[in-house]
Amino acid sequence: MILDAFFFSALFAGIGIALAAGPLGCFVVWRRMAYFGDATAHAAILGVAIALMVDAEAVSLGVLASAVGMALAVFFLAGKGLAVDTLLGVAAHSALAFGILAMVLGGQRGLDLDAWLFGTILDVTVRDIALIWGGAGAVTLLLAWRWSALLTATVSEDLARAEGIDPARERLLLMLAVAVLVAMAIEVVGALLVTALLIIPAATARPLAATPERMAVLAAALAVAATTLGLVAAFVWDAPAGPAIVAASAVGFGISALLAGLKRIHLG
Amino acid sequence: MPRVSLIAAESLTIRLDGRTILHDVDFALEGGEIVTVVGPNGSGKSTFMRALVGALTPAQGRVTRMPGLRIGYVPQTLHTDPTLPLTVARFLSLPVRREAGKVTAALEEVGLAGTIATQQVGSLSGGQFQRVLLARALLGDPHILALDEPTQGLDQPGVAAFYLLIERVRQRLGCAVLMVSHDLHVVMSASDRVICINGHICCEGAPTAISAAPEYRALFGHGTRGALALYQHDHDHGHDHGAQE
Repeated sequence: MILDAFFFSALFAGIGIALAAGPLGCFVVWRRMAYFGDATAHAAILGVAIALMVDAEAVSLGVLASAVGMALAVFFLAGKGLAVDTLLGVAAHSALAFGILAMVLGGQRGLDLDAWLFGTILDVTVRDIALIWGGAGAVTLLLAWRWSALLTATVSEDLARAEGIDPARERLLLMLAVAVLVAMAIEVVGALLVTALLIIPAATARPLAATPERMAVLAAALAVAATTLGLVAAFVWDAPAGPAIVAASAVGFGISALLAGLKRIHLG
Repeated sequence: MPRVSLIAAESLTIRLDGRTILHDVDFALEGGEIVTVVGPNGSGKSTFMRALVGALTPAQGRVTRMPGLRIGYVPQTLHTDPTLPLTVARFLSLPVRREAGKVTAALEEVGLAGTIATQQVGSLSGGQFQRVLLARALLGDPHILALDEPTQGLDQPGVAAFYLLIERVRQRLGCAVLMVSHDLHVVMSASDRVICINGHICCEGAPTAISAAPEYRALFGHGTRGALALYQHDHDHGHDHGAQE
């Protein structure tokens, strides 16, 4: 039963996302961007609704455009009056509210809102997989290319500027990377759980890693493992895949936290 | 032929959140010079330093740096997030990768054991971390060491040891030193030039000259007390704004 084309398509799509989500999620954790991840995911729901009104074939584009739009809006509005978490709270929940209203009132009653909130990884098409690997590949390449500058800007913006690195540019690149990955990953785990895919593997890797690079590689490996285990569980027990992947991730986090706690006690 | 300044500011004005922190600052730093920036809390000392190293963009005026200028910047505070695992060795290789041998040499030069390289930055004491920051600045073979209150949080012997270290390092590298400091007694004994800032440069000159300047006395000195009193200046002095350790 497991050796099924649906399963392998889903696994292939999920691994593509996981490989990029691990390292990118580390930056989300280091820079406390979790709420920003949620904001882009909620914006994506609005993007789905708008795209469906225009052209049902353009949903992927609508999701990507709205997530990137949210990233740009937050980047340019941050620091202009409202605290960042307030700004994100306003933007995220407004986008979600309008998105749900637009879906329901926009004549899309047949639309499966649950699919967008909780993911539809088991229905991925070849085109979806190509989009996911394209987007995730672009994010991974961006991180590899800018790694040193991103890391320096994360450690200290002043130190980065003194080295000729523009921290604002690095911040924008990271926000766009999160937006692109969220747009891709929504298909896998849905808008409500997508931030978990970024944060949990990174948080799990933290106590087990001594350098940022090891944490990033470990987070990618943990994300792949959680995706695989979650999908197997979803197929075996006929459970929703998105929540199963996030739950597998969360169990991993629990084990890592327990190991870290034991190590602390052991060391005195 | 006039010497090219390492770094020069012309009519520099800096605004942060709509507030003018510094205005109309003209300044130049020459090779090998030791310049110390003093001033009350909130006077714009750190802002001045950050603008010179390029961490802040001027609202007006400009900062010119010698082409190819290398600045070893030691920021005032650096808080590393506990979620970010960072060994001392990795921190010293940021953003430019440094060879392990050079990392060890730099750590030893600032008086730390090479074995500290594998420790997490977050586990260091204040004094160790200041030395690591200095080691990082040295690895870039700088023309200028820019130190923003490098002895903050150190005890008295620690402060003295740190200044001796800076002096030793400066002699080896032959670099200029630009330093923001609260330690007036050290400033007076070790600087070529002192810049006194309070929103603008209110006075500057050689330590002996400046300690007699009325603007300086208004900020730091008590009425009739002169350079000698300042030289013996202690940390519990009424107007000594360095007393908040």
